[in-house]
Amino acid sequence: MAKMTLDDKLGVDRFKVDEHNAHIIVDETYNNIDEINRLIMACPAGLYSYNDGKVDFNYEGCLECGTCRVVSLGKVIKSWSYPRGPLGVEYHHG
Amino acid sequence: MSEEKFDAIIVGGGLAGSAAAYTLAKAGLEVAVIERGTSCGSKNVTGGRIYAHSLAKLIPDYAETAPLERKIVKERIVLMGGTGSTTIEYGDEGLKEPAYASYSVLRAKLDAWLAEKAEEAGALYITGIRVDELLQENGKVTGVVADGDSLNADVVLLADGVHSLLAQQIGLKKDLTPHQVGVGVKEVIGLDEKTISDRFGVLPGEGVACLIAGHATGGAVGGGILYTNKNSISLGTVVSIGHIGDGEGLKVPDMVERLKESPLIAPLIAGGELLEYSAHLVPEGGISMTPQLVGDGVLIAGDAAGFVMNLGFTFRGMDLAIESGRLAGEAIIKAKEKSDFSSSGLSEYRSLLDNSFIMRDLKHFRKMPDFMESSQIYKEIPEIAGEVFGSLFKIDGSAPKKMLKNVNSILKRNIKLTTLIKLATKAMGAM
Repeated sequence: MAKMTLDDKLGVDRFKVDEHNAHIIVDETYNNIDEINRLIMACPAGLYSYNDGKVDFNYEGCLECGTCRVVSLGKVIKSWSYPRGPLGVEYHHG
Repeated sequence: MSEEKFDAIIVGGGLAGSAAAYTLAKAGLEVAVIERGTSCGSKNVTGGRIYAHSLAKLIPDYAETAPLERKIVKERIVLMGGTGSTTIEYGDEGLKEPAYASYSVLRAKLDAWLAEKAEEAGALYITGIRVDELLQENGKVTGVVADGDSLNADVVLLADGVHSLLAQQIGLKKDLTPHQVGVGVKEVIGLDEKTISDRFGVLPGEGVACLIAGHATGGAVGGGILYTNKNSISLGTVVSIGHIGDGEGLKVPDMVERLKESPLIAPLIAGGELLEYSAHLVPEGGISMTPQLVGDGVLIAGDAAGFVMNLGFTFRGMDLAIESGRLAGEAIIKAKEKSDFSSSGLSEYRSLLDNSFIMRDLKHFRKMPDFMESSQIYKEIPEIAGEVFGSLFKIDGSAPKKMLKNVNSILKRNIKLTTLIKLATKAMGAM
């Protein structure tokens, strides 16, 4: 199988994005690099990055596993809930 | 809708929720299942394989009606270390007997099927709606708030999955800690049916389950999984959240990529097409992470209750989910007979669980989660296996070494003898 980027992989999945509400809120100004790195290492969808001193996170493409909640709730993650029904990722295999 | 009062509301239309709904509806109770996904199963992920014994109890003709992928007839355990990999394969005609039957499954299909069974029995399914909070009166759960609507019931069953934010909301469950859960990442790779059977050496309808320790996670506590489905292969990794970054320090999404590129896996998936990329958490804490299972007007089942066993050589969760859902249903039926939905009226659930395989097996394997955190299983042991077999099979004409002396020196190079003995003792104790 040819190597695929994470973006390519997420592109195969089906999402109904909630355009108005982010179900995960991050503290963009959080500046403990070790903590931010833990999220960058852990997120299966690779949605976390750190650019120009700011935490960059995009909830579109979230697979709703909640790894970030377990890793960093109360630190980088200000609040975490599932998307409103029936929005978010929609698995057809699972 | 808010005027109506159900006998029971079930949060989550996964296997635990639908097993309970089926049990309750068959007994004539008015039950509503609220599922946040568009359809049941659309938010769920398995490795995965289901051991069918508890499903057989619930739906005796499941083998003819359920959307099962392949019957698992071969078990493979792989130690992947360095450049080599060592595979142990177990096959037995006995694995095909109904009592031991296990199947590869995909949740979008399986959960939808079980929900349909419960619906046919009379359960009401409300899909595409998220339950936001539980309603409480004087400490007793009296219903749910979903998308702004209040729905009331004598009892609420929380089958809302591994995080169970609702159980956390009412203090029955604590927030998950990084050492209690693993993060699973899975690719479903499409291949045609015959190619899969040929590559894995199985007959039509039969399949293989494979667990892989070592290389994939770069030495972090966790491993690879592979299950053959009918027209696809489920390939993934599970790593303990508390150990992400250990060993070689791989990123979670890179682990499955490493597995795909390994010489063992690459030929098995060659020509395949990615059909889906998914992620989900797996409870791995065993019995020590069991929450308070019963409260006034409320019960917890399935992953929400932490009912999963990672035994290294196999994962079990779906059989526990179905059984716990069924038992929660039985307990609610008893409570209804007595019209007592307080925690003491619902306490039958606790005793049914204690007398079931769920608590028996969780107790039996109570030391397993601790053993599974031994880092040597994921680095030193696969590497030792590779070196030992390498010394047997790599022949270049030079003088062979004495077997015992050779093994001894390989061991000495990789691991302290006392560490190895401790590990073996711990393994025996945990089994």
